[in-house]
Amino acid sequence: MSAFWTLLKRDLLLAMREGSAVGTALGFYLIVVALLPLGLGPDLNLLSRIAPGILWIALLLAALLSLGRLFEADDEDGSLEVMALGEMPLEIVAVAKALAHWLSTGIPLVLAAPVLAILLNLDINAYGVLVLSLLIGTPAISFLGLIGAALTLRAKKGGLLLALLVLPLYVPTLIFGISAINAALSGFGGFYASLMILGAISMGAVVLGPIASAAALRFQMQ
Amino acid sequence: MNTQSITQKLANPTRFMSLSGAILPWLSVLAALVLTYGLYLSFFESPPDYQQGETVRIMFIHVPSAWLATMVYALIAISSFGLLVFRHPLADVSAKAAAPLGAAFTFLALVTGSMWGKPMWGTYWVWDARLTSVLILFFLYLGLIALRSSFEDETLAAKLTAILALVGVAILPVIKFSVEWWNTLHQPSTGLTSSVHLDIRIPLLVMALAFTLMFFAMHLKAMRNEIMRRRIKAMQRARVDRVGASSVASAESSS
Repeated sequence: MSAFWTLLKRDLLLAMREGSAVGTALGFYLIVVALLPLGLGPDLNLLSRIAPGILWIALLLAALLSLGRLFEADDEDGSLEVMALGEMPLEIVAVAKALAHWLSTGIPLVLAAPVLAILLNLDINAYGVLVLSLLIGTPAISFLGLIGAALTLRAKKGGLLLALLVLPLYVPTLIFGISAINAALSGFGGFYASLMILGAISMGAVVLGPIASAAALRFQMQ
Repeated sequence: MNTQSITQKLANPTRFMSLSGAILPWLSVLAALVLTYGLYLSFFESPPDYQQGETVRIMFIHVPSAWLATMVYALIAISSFGLLVFRHPLADVSAKAAAPLGAAFTFLALVTGSMWGKPMWGTYWVWDARLTSVLILFFLYLGLIALRSSFEDETLAAKLTAILALVGVAILPVIKFSVEWWNTLHQPSTGLTSSVHLDIRIPLLVMALAFTLMFFAMHLKAMRNEIMRRRIKAMQRARVDRVGASSVASAESSS
């Protein structure tokens, strides 16, 4: 277990000291959210209606940006092979990697979402559910994205391929994330059910992601 | 010998080649005959629907394609399982050959569906649950093909694609559930239950059989092609090795 915490701490430290990955993801999030009104027109009623969708989709894309780097650096300098040979199962290594990604990229993006929601004139009553739905849904983004990152680790043209593989897997997360916010916007409540399903999806991803990606990593390092 | 199951016996590519070579002509002829009969039934024998008119005939292509779209994915999933768990040598050949065919039938289901949707629903495309889940299935097929093509090492590509196919199996039901919950306009599948009149049901059944036979004929052919391609590649590699060794030898003897 101590190996797990060490790895997690190391990855978080790396993410913090490098800083650029988180900064790029946040900048990307801001720019996509800012560009959409330019394409859709400045009508605030329209923007507040589609704000949940914009905030969720832009966050998916921003998180996707940093997923490609999940194993890359460790594979290049050989530390991934050392981890594979170590006592800790590769599945647990994958959990640490995804958890570090969630903490270092997912959480900052979630925290940025309410600020960007101001730009889109989102109803103030939905802010709480917006943050909650993102908080519950983003682990699914990190852990499903883990599969894509592991599968495309040594692929040619990895980045684009990663998006093609991973985005279809995000469909359920996206649907229930947005339905929770819309339920809160409608004022009738009922967002609780969507949040529960979202939590179930995230928990499923936490199980499936590490198993599939550890298998993919083993095959590539043979 | 009798203790071997059929799948074990087929693990020998040479045996598979001779067996499939014997079956393939018969299967192809049978598929062509059933397809001709099915097309005749759908275009001349079955009446136009009282509501849908002549457009109901699109169904005779659409429903079998949609059925194959899911069946082929199941076949790929079983093959992937066979590759990862039993390391069956033909499992990957089967999965590789099936992916483009499955993508093609999924595409056909989407196109015929939208051609039917224009006169019936008034639009080529609606964001309905079934349409959306078939579209996502199509994306998964594209992902399988793209992932396989982006690795030089074919055995590695096979294993990684198999992982993706199995992940897809785990996630497809969730996707289907979520989009159904999200929006439903498409009529639920009647399948081939009695709510469909016999005059429509029989051509539909014949067409479904014809499409399935056609798929298996194409799948067998594609598998045979893949095995031959691998043999040719192995022979070329062996020749390069031989030529390389002899040129080294001649260079050494002349010096």
